[in-house]
Amino acid sequence: MKNISVQELKEHAKELRKTALTMIYEAQSGHPGGAFSSAEITAALYYGEMNIDPKNPKWPDRDRYILSKGHACPIQYAALGLLGYFPEEKLHTLRQEGSILQGHPDMKKCPGIDISTGSLGQGLSCGVGMALAGKRDGKDYRVFVIVGDGELDEGQIWEAVMAGNAWNLDNLVIILDNNGLQLDGTTDQVIPHLDLTKKFEAFGYETYEIDGNDMEQVVETLKKIDASTTGRPKCINAHTVKGKGVSFMENQLGWHGMAPNAEQYATAMEELERGF
Amino acid sequence: MEAKKLIATRDGFGEEIVELGRENRDIYVVDVDIGKSCKTGAFAKALPQQHVNVGIAEQNGAGVAAGLATTGKIPFVVTYAVFGSLRMGEQIRQEICYPNLNVKIACSHGGLTPANDGASHQGIEDMGVLRTIPNMRVVMPADYYAAKALVRAAAEIYGPVYLRFTRDAIPVIYDENQKFEIGKAITLREGGDVAIIANGDTVRLAIEAAEVLAGRGISARVLDMHTIKPLDVEAVSACVNDIGKIITVEDHNILNGLGSAVCEVSAGMGKGRVKRVGIQDCFGQSAPYERLLAMNGITVENIVELAEKW
Repeated sequence: MKNISVQELKEHAKELRKTALTMIYEAQSGHPGGAFSSAEITAALYYGEMNIDPKNPKWPDRDRYILSKGHACPIQYAALGLLGYFPEEKLHTLRQEGSILQGHPDMKKCPGIDISTGSLGQGLSCGVGMALAGKRDGKDYRVFVIVGDGELDEGQIWEAVMAGNAWNLDNLVIILDNNGLQLDGTTDQVIPHLDLTKKFEAFGYETYEIDGNDMEQVVETLKKIDASTTGRPKCINAHTVKGKGVSFMENQLGWHGMAPNAEQYATAMEELERGF
Repeated sequence: MEAKKLIATRDGFGEEIVELGRENRDIYVVDVDIGKSCKTGAFAKALPQQHVNVGIAEQNGAGVAAGLATTGKIPFVVTYAVFGSLRMGEQIRQEICYPNLNVKIACSHGGLTPANDGASHQGIEDMGVLRTIPNMRVVMPADYYAAKALVRAAAEIYGPVYLRFTRDAIPVIYDENQKFEIGKAITLREGGDVAIIANGDTVRLAIEAAEVLAGRGISARVLDMHTIKPLDVEAVSACVNDIGKIITVEDHNILNGLGSAVCEVSAGMGKGRVKRVGIQDCFGQSAPYERLLAMNGITVENIVELAEKW
């Protein structure tokens, strides 16, 4: 973790939310709910934790960031654009024809995307492959994989989780954006996941359970992971709020994949700026 | 036909991949707990640092391979045709073909060759399924030497390649000096009355049929179309223009495999006629391999009859 204050990271998270919301508003298409729940995690990783070089996105020794829940990409695009991976004006092209900012992340079009995602349950396997290559090649980069809790329904996730344990991938950090909602309802209504921390412990992971929208807890946990010597893969079970930061979006299923109108956009931007 | 040595093409793969791995440390094998059956045992033993076994988890295997490929590795995911096309089909689409990563899918048990295993293990739709995914190349070698050469060619070309091998032993028809290029058919025999285009384990049937036909005054051109995508359109067009009568032969469903690919060329040209020999859009069963072929009319006799009754 770089020497950056929690307050500064909170400001970055706010900027990411405002930028992502503007992108979705301008595109009149996108997924604000899951983007907002992961804003603190995204800000802490991009501005504090990860060893990256925006001017050299394919640097072989970089830390990897995989958004397995690819629909939340506006929050990642916001970080990439604001950090200078691509010209900031491109942030206004989300989901437009010919844009580098596809509806779901495309590694061939957008600098800084380490693997194309969008089909749920697949990004973690790719992260496991990258982490394995890092170990075999004696490199010390780490692989951070943001996994949605809804996406844990996919069997492939658990295949990948087992491989992470089998190969002792201590350079793999799974962060569960555990916002409790998926498209058709709450995760408890659709397919309950029960105690995810215990599950990951049982799968051989070093686990942390935190409030994933509390920047202090996010930072503290990443610091513990930096210092860990257990040799185990890591999992942060980050409880989050879908739509976090906008009163009428929080915990609302309807805002999974909907763009705001002009009035809603103005209200939301104001709430994000001052807090509500 | 003289007595030929019999070897399964999966053995050609298993031998060549070790050589490739020794020459290039970026070559990886991703096994899914059927390495013994797919002949990667020697690779795992000789090159453990380039080998990984994900267990019975094909979807993860495809994703792990994609992740490895992003770091410059050249992974071969090794399984059976039915799993390497359908069980990991969407992972191949999303994480390998869409980002155009340098991953090879190498599958034993193609077509009806896992005869006794029954329908669950007979991959009869695989080449057609994978042919429809952008960026994918689809290859089935006709014998042991073709397998070795085409595995090497797949490793040397950038991008996704699907390779399909036989479970059971089939006759050796080439010698070790034969050159192969992905996307380039091999003319095994010249002829002007009918063209027989085959691939994989049915190439031997095409050759035999041409020999029988020659004895009856019909001269057949025989092509080994080991790559159905990218198809050698030039070679097919030449058959259409020079001969106009084409019989395709494949150990695959007649839908969307070699026969369909050849028809697409012929239809596009607005000329030529194509008769397709292959699996009659039905599932197999546990039975001797030659019987399964016969049930579907994939026989020398049927090819000969189709050529004679044009």
